[in-house]
Amino acid sequence: MQRTVFKSRWLPYALVVPQVAVTVVFFFWPALKSLQLSLYRVSPFGDKSTFVGLENFRKLVTDPDYYASVLSSFVFAGGVTVLAVLGALVLAGLATQKIRGLAVYRTLLLWPYGIAPAVAGIIFLFIFHPAYGILPYFLSFVTAYDFNWLLKGWVAMTLVIVATAWTHLGYNIAFYIAGLLAIPTSVMEAADVDGAGPIRRFVAIVFPLVSPITFYLVVLNMVFAFFESFGVIDAVTKGGPGQATEIMVYKLYKDGFIGLNLGSSGAQSVILMAMVIGLTVLQFRFAEKKVTYR
Amino acid sequence: MSAVGTTQLERARVRARATDTPRRKRFPWGSVVVHALLIACIAVVVFPLYFAFVVSTQDLQQVVQRPPRLLPSSHLLENYAQAWRKSSMGRMLFNSAVMAVAVAVGKIAISMLSAFAIVYFNFRGRTFCFWMIFVTLMLPVPVRLMSTYEVIGTLGWLDTYEGLTIPLMASATATFLFRQFYMTIPNEMAEAAQLDGAGPLRFLWSFLLPLSWANIAALFVVLFIFGWNQYLWPLMITNTEEMRTVVIGLEQLIPRSGTELPTWNLIMAGAMMALLPPVAIIIFMQRWFVKGLVESEK
Repeated sequence: MQRTVFKSRWLPYALVVPQVAVTVVFFFWPALKSLQLSLYRVSPFGDKSTFVGLENFRKLVTDPDYYASVLSSFVFAGGVTVLAVLGALVLAGLATQKIRGLAVYRTLLLWPYGIAPAVAGIIFLFIFHPAYGILPYFLSFVTAYDFNWLLKGWVAMTLVIVATAWTHLGYNIAFYIAGLLAIPTSVMEAADVDGAGPIRRFVAIVFPLVSPITFYLVVLNMVFAFFESFGVIDAVTKGGPGQATEIMVYKLYKDGFIGLNLGSSGAQSVILMAMVIGLTVLQFRFAEKKVTYR
Repeated sequence: MSAVGTTQLERARVRARATDTPRRKRFPWGSVVVHALLIACIAVVVFPLYFAFVVSTQDLQQVVQRPPRLLPSSHLLENYAQAWRKSSMGRMLFNSAVMAVAVAVGKIAISMLSAFAIVYFNFRGRTFCFWMIFVTLMLPVPVRLMSTYEVIGTLGWLDTYEGLTIPLMASATATFLFRQFYMTIPNEMAEAAQLDGAGPLRFLWSFLLPLSWANIAALFVVLFIFGWNQYLWPLMITNTEEMRTVVIGLEQLIPRSGTELPTWNLIMAGAMMALLPPVAIIIFMQRWFVKGLVESEK
């Protein structure tokens, strides 16, 4: 697996220096500082810091606000993942049938990936707008319920989930299309010959065959929803109403930059770090599985 | 088992033969249903964008009218011009373009170099470098938020293009992709180049680079979108109007209080301008986009 053709004492180091410098200065050093910060109490102006051990963590664990943010993170990530992965599987299933015009359909399905979650959030914010939005307008014919996301937490949560899932769709569809096209046609033909209808075929054959991709996409969508979704929350709800959409990343930002509570934000960083390490390990266990699967 | 297998197969063949001929003549209901379902789903997926576009062409009165107007109007140019003036859109688009291109090119360049070193040289600390690059996957911005901000401040990079781009240039996925690709290139090529007197840098430049264009194009599309759509990073690094990128600048156009005019047509015009570059890149470079997505995540 290794090729060692070229010999030079200094050149390999010169080649890796840019990458390694960026990782050390902007990844490892700050990550270690976060770890350190989590064990200290720092005054808001950063001039005094006292070692407090695990005090910051203890405070978080006993803080109902923190629990609320953990819960809304999981609701948010779970909602986004279910919506975006299931929707993508159905759409990719349709877009790999033997019909004309597939190229056009596929293009029309992929592009939402290009939209920044924050921009998607702003578009959906208008669609959900209590006074001018098209959705509350049409819903008002069906029910008298007030779908005002400024007042109702679950409506705000639905808003950010739908907007984020919309931007994830293209990504998931690209993976599912690649996976579905890799299923040998003989398998599907055999099922057809045995008299399995399209829905039966999908449930009994396609779904198990793409399950490694599904697992991978579930992990990846969770990671994205947890760690890359600051934008949609900040642009649309700012964590509100109340704290209904205050996901962990947003709380970290708020406590750190606005509350200037450096110790607590350090501890929150460390908890998030543990989560992302767990999810990455899961993701790479999939990578191994995929190798043996083939 | 084989006996059962044969009879089943035969029965299936008979059934297939029996149904085959009439099926060919019958109207293809199946594909009509698929077309209909696809069109319905795509209508749902496309609607938010269509609606945003429609609103961006209306005047204020049409925006707030009930029932909502779902057809484009004639105010496209004046809305876009006004949104452009109101928010220094030119400057924001420029900053976004600088950020997206610099991050994409920088990531590709330093990843190519380090993958080349890791694959073609045997040096002390090679495995260590590889693991270091790998671990960056586990350190997204939020987990080192406050301390990274401090580092950027110490370097004096707040509110600069350096601060906006260089810290985002480390890339584990791009390094893996190039490493994987280099390992598929037969070793004889490097040996032949060496026999011809080409040094390592010459080999990289004249042999590997030309072979890598497909990978570079694919990565560029994905990384350009990544860079363009960054939110938390530019929000943290920039604090003046001149350095703001379009994705974070847009939010400031939203009327939050009831006393402001609901100028949603201008916001949607701004949103259209913010999303057009990355979406256009996906549509026009779709092949590279799909390749980049699927391959860089292995």
